[in-house]
Amino acid sequence: MTEPESTIRVEGLRKRYGDKIALDGVDLVVAAGSVCGLLGPNGAGKTTAVRILATLLRSDGGHAEVAGFDVARQPDRVRASIGLVGQHAAVDEVLTGRQNLDMFGRLYHLGAATARTRATELLDQFDLVEAGDKPVKQYSGGMRRRLDLASSLILAPKVLFLDEPTTGLDPRGRNEVWAAVRSLVARGTTVLLTTQYLDEADQLADQISVIDTGEVIASGTPAGLKSKIGGDRLEVVLHRADELAGAATVLRAVAEGEPEVDTDARRVSAPVADRVGALTETARALADTGIAVEDIGLRRPTLDEVFLQLTGHKAEEAVA
Amino acid sequence: MTALTPTTPMTTLSGGRLRWAIADGWTVTRRDLLHWARQPGPVIIGLLFPVLMVLMFGYLFGGAMTVPGGGDYLEYLLPGMFAMTMVFGLEATMIAINTDAAKGVTDRFRSMPMAPSAVVVGRCTADMLNSSVNLVVMLGCGLLVGWRAHGSVGATLAAVGLLLLLRFALLWVGIYLGLVIGSPEGTVGVQILVWPAAFLANTFAPPESMPGWLGTIAEWNPLSSPVAAIRELFGNPAGGGDSWIAGNATLMAVVWPVVLVAIFFPLSVRRYQRLSR
Repeated sequence: MTEPESTIRVEGLRKRYGDKIALDGVDLVVAAGSVCGLLGPNGAGKTTAVRILATLLRSDGGHAEVAGFDVARQPDRVRASIGLVGQHAAVDEVLTGRQNLDMFGRLYHLGAATARTRATELLDQFDLVEAGDKPVKQYSGGMRRRLDLASSLILAPKVLFLDEPTTGLDPRGRNEVWAAVRSLVARGTTVLLTTQYLDEADQLADQISVIDTGEVIASGTPAGLKSKIGGDRLEVVLHRADELAGAATVLRAVAEGEPEVDTDARRVSAPVADRVGALTETARALADTGIAVEDIGLRRPTLDEVFLQLTGHKAEEAVA
Repeated sequence: MTALTPTTPMTTLSGGRLRWAIADGWTVTRRDLLHWARQPGPVIIGLLFPVLMVLMFGYLFGGAMTVPGGGDYLEYLLPGMFAMTMVFGLEATMIAINTDAAKGVTDRFRSMPMAPSAVVVGRCTADMLNSSVNLVVMLGCGLLVGWRAHGSVGATLAAVGLLLLLRFALLWVGIYLGLVIGSPEGTVGVQILVWPAAFLANTFAPPESMPGWLGTIAEWNPLSSPVAAIRELFGNPAGGGDSWIAGNATLMAVVWPVVLVAIFFPLSVRRYQRLSR
């Protein structure tokens, strides 16, 4: 609490749309200068939470503070302290990148001259100098996102909200956005990031809160959370489905939990702790028993598996 | 590193809130003016389309038209086309509002510490400017095809004032529709419906020439009174009509826009506030 103005503090946040409960008492604390990942499937309430914190939506109950200001009572102060990157690239497509930044700078009350200088700085920082005077319509998805990000950083906000910043981007665009976020974090911005990808939360976040049907069902560091859900998984794909039972027996010997068998995909997988040890041991044991292996490897648990572990139901079911 | 040094906003500008409301409103207006510069195509098409309609109705169909009470059809048509140009402006307003909402630009504005009125003030100013330019082009087009304002300078200016008042009223209809219609596809539907709504009036043909019930509907179309009133003020053939609404065209040319604003201004404000719910 040495820098209380740079944190997000949420207590018992509630929101309903008619009969549908979007947020059912969400608690969240994000320390200054850290990245919090809000992980959950579609419809879990991630966007609703971000919209309330960014003053776009009023909550029905609970309390939320951003950068030391109450979002309900001091929305203007909150707005001057935040940047918001929503699910769309919220920029004017007809204008050039530079004209967009210039317009937003004026609306942040920088004055015409400073707004112009700031636009140039940001184009440079986000590697958009060459594209700066082209209309946004001609930008790639990654470039639009970077411009969107730049537009949110005109005032160098204390807190940045990123609502699924890489959804719909190709791997290259995703890497571009990740790099931009990392460099911001290195400079002390507090970030609240929503995502459907465990991988993305793992890459960027210091702390992850898993949200499901409007409630935070687990939170902790990425490492802590992964150990809670069994860490990485060892996955074996076979040539013949009738050998799956044999492979499952082999995996059971090294696994942390019961192996999962997918007959259609001819696949057995199980959570493992000693990653490389389990891999080599399993490969050797399978070779000894003569089971023909098509593919074998370690991988991160998917969001589905995280949800299965934490809630007992799959992510898709949470949406329905 | 310098790029991330916090930039201080000039919150100390003298005059406070009102000054900022004006400055922000102008910034949003300026955005639209930049659109015209960057994308002149649609603006020029928007300017020329009503001209094309004048040529079509004036020369293609005009020969077959007779104005009750006598008079040249082109002289009768042009005031209708001026009003029609104002109606087309409604579509531009609706699409602009809808696009910003759909693309998340409205949300970005709402998450910024700018004057909340600026989005609407900017929209109004830009659209009124656009429609004024449209009207000037149409007046020029009218003069070229032989239409004339026969009234006094004062009457002519009053007619222009009535047209801009109509446009101002339709602005709020456009803002409301733009907010209500969720998807950009929906705006296409409204664009199609604007046509029969604007034709079912005294814009192109006199209501007396229509079947009785249809003529009554046409006379009570909020578009008809302004059109009848400006025909009178320009000294163009008015077509007549002996109903109450036709006899009180000048009064109703003011009442209709006021009624539209009284309905759609609060509806738009409520709809905008509902974005937070």
